Amino acid sequence: MTAVTDAPVPTEQRTPLVQMNDIRVSFGGVHAVDGVSIDLFPGEVVALVGGNGAGKTTLIKTLSGAHKADGGQIVINGQPVTINSPRDARLLGVETIYQTLALADNLDAPANIFLGRELRTRWRTLDDTAMQDATYKLMARLNPRFKNFKAPVMSLSGGQRQSVAIARAVHFDARILIMDEPTAALGPAETEEVRQLIRQLRSEGLGIFLISHDIHDVFDLADRISVMMTGKLVGTVNKDDVTQDQVLAMIIAGKHPEEVTQADIEDLHR
Amino acid sequence: MATTTSPSPVATSGPQPQGGSSGGILRRMEVDPRLFGMLAALAIIWAVFEIWSDGIFISPRNLWNLSLQTSAIGIMATGMVLVIVTRNIDLSVGSMVAVIGVTMALLQVRWLPDWLGLGNPWIWVISLAAGILLGAAIGGFQGVIIAYVGVPAFIVTLGGLLVWRGVAWALSKGQTIAPMDSTFKLLGGGGNATIGGTATWVLAGLASVGLIAALVLGRRRRVKYGFALRPIWADIVIGAVGTAAVLLAAWYLNQYYMPEALARRFVEQSGGEYTGQQIPLGLANPVVIFIVVGLVMTFVATRTRFGRYVFAIGGNPEAAELGGIKTRWTIVKVFIVMGILTAISAAVLTARLDAATSGLGTLAELYVIAAAVIGGTSLAGGIGTVPGAMLGALVAQSLQSGMVLIGVEAPIQDIVVGIVLVVAVALDSLYRRRVAV
Repeated sequence: MTAVTDAPVPTEQRTPLVQMNDIRVSFGGVHAVDGVSIDLFPGEVVALVGGNGAGKTTLIKTLSGAHKADGGQIVINGQPVTINSPRDARLLGVETIYQTLALADNLDAPANIFLGRELRTRWRTLDDTAMQDATYKLMARLNPRFKNFKAPVMSLSGGQRQSVAIARAVHFDARILIMDEPTAALGPAETEEVRQLIRQLRSEGLGIFLISHDIHDVFDLADRISVMMTGKLVGTVNKDDVTQDQVLAMIIAGKHPEEVTQADIEDLHR
Repeated sequence: MATTTSPSPVATSGPQPQGGSSGGILRRMEVDPRLFGMLAALAIIWAVFEIWSDGIFISPRNLWNLSLQTSAIGIMATGMVLVIVTRNIDLSVGSMVAVIGVTMALLQVRWLPDWLGLGNPWIWVISLAAGILLGAAIGGFQGVIIAYVGVPAFIVTLGGLLVWRGVAWALSKGQTIAPMDSTFKLLGGGGNATIGGTATWVLAGLASVGLIAALVLGRRRRVKYGFALRPIWADIVIGAVGTAAVLLAAWYLNQYYMPEALARRFVEQSGGEYTGQQIPLGLANPVVIFIVVGLVMTFVATRTRFGRYVFAIGGNPEAAELGGIKTRWTIVKVFIVMGILTAISAAVLTARLDAATSGLGTLAELYVIAAAVIGGTSLAGGIGTVPGAMLGALVAQSLQSGMVLIGVEAPIQDIVVGIVLVVAVALDSLYRRRVAV
């Protein structure tokens, strides 16, 4: 049967990359995130799932620096940290790939990858050649099919744009990656391209928080699944211990896997 | 059609390639097709006016005047590109010209002579510096309201359009303030305020060497990183056409000679005897200022972090913010740059007129915006080039001067410029839709 894991079985001995303890965020009187604790280990993908308004994005924004937590503690590599801005998060090795990708559509891939962290010559001018060169090397590793290095990214396909956003995140020695709906709005082939990329990054030892609505993505990529509902954590499960139906029941009914009855699952399929 | 030699690069590059096959050639040469289209439009405008004016338009004298007239608007247009690229607008530049011009004039005519004595060599330096500081301050002030208070640029600068014109009137008490300091007047390009024939040749030579050096260095960098190279013939064609255009322009403009009285004074001052020699005026000083400003602004826009951020903000403000860019401060800086450029234009215009009034620069904002937009700057933000805006200024000014030359009445001129502005933007958006850029 299933088990709600407080500490994941395969990684018990190691220090977590990230521990988010008892995080709280309120908007006015509404508790968008209400005492949620999750963690992430190196070389692991943790999926954050839940319905609209469950608080996944708000929770993760406290880690990416886009939003301040009202309470709770973030621990990175065993050190308690304060994250007030995206810049703080980056300095701690936390990179975020937003659902909108946050690309400047009028600029080319190298300009986007180095946006805000441009390489410069000793004359303090932009070193476009060096940035282009670094982009070639990066893409050779991440997505060898990537070709359009000089075109504005608005002319690229969805998968290629996603590659640019991911390349930007991983180039600066990110150890923790937050991906918000990485395969939404992608075709099947592009989705596979992005999934392959995520597997590649996991094998390189990065820890990845994956926010997704797509249960197939979640089961294909995640090692553990944390389910949220109305700002609270329903539970965190090992993917291998649960079925898709059980996770859906967690999302919809807010029940722990062991509480999920056959009747609930039949409800799902009605 | 009197002459076939024109200082435009178009005339030297042979027939205008149009349509499909040329697109391929242009792409391989990595030449921006829109820049090329603008050169073609300019060639057509010049040809039409040349025929219409019975061979006066493309005369050294008229082109020399055209270059002078383009400068003031063109200087401001290089800054307006950055303003529009960040999805903003500046409607106040014409009124800023007035208030800065009047201030600089008052400094030279009333305030500084009382203090330093008339004819003191520091007067023009202090006036110019004060004008530039005032421009930066006004631009920065408007920029802060736009970026930090969050009032749309359209409103802030529309207010500025009324306010600064009014301040200029109040400062000048409605009077014309003249004459300017004799050194300051050299900024205006009238009479002897030119660099002379030899310096024009030197400048053209430097420009040619610079162009070729840029091509060679660019190639070397690509080789160093093992990048794909532009075909060598493309580099050679670009270098040859560019160099030829620059040298041809210098040669042609140098055929505009000093009027007899000036030439006589010039020869006699240098100890010679005047026997009717023809002495080239050379480029007018404002044209040199325009070229230098254009180079500096191109460098700023394409080679500096600030320029990159300007374009990133225009493309996606949120992405820029998330990338750690201080977007608000960057926008303030853009308006400060616009203010400084406006002050330079105000100095040129005041010096050329040898006077300042509160009416100086009326409607300049519209011509500056038109120049930037004709030059391919997108009002949606994120897209635009400094050389494009410089060419846009030349196109707009060519139309204006051409119509004056052939005696078109002023209201008709406005109708034509208005239509051309809309058609230029329509063509550009059609082009963009087709290539999906």
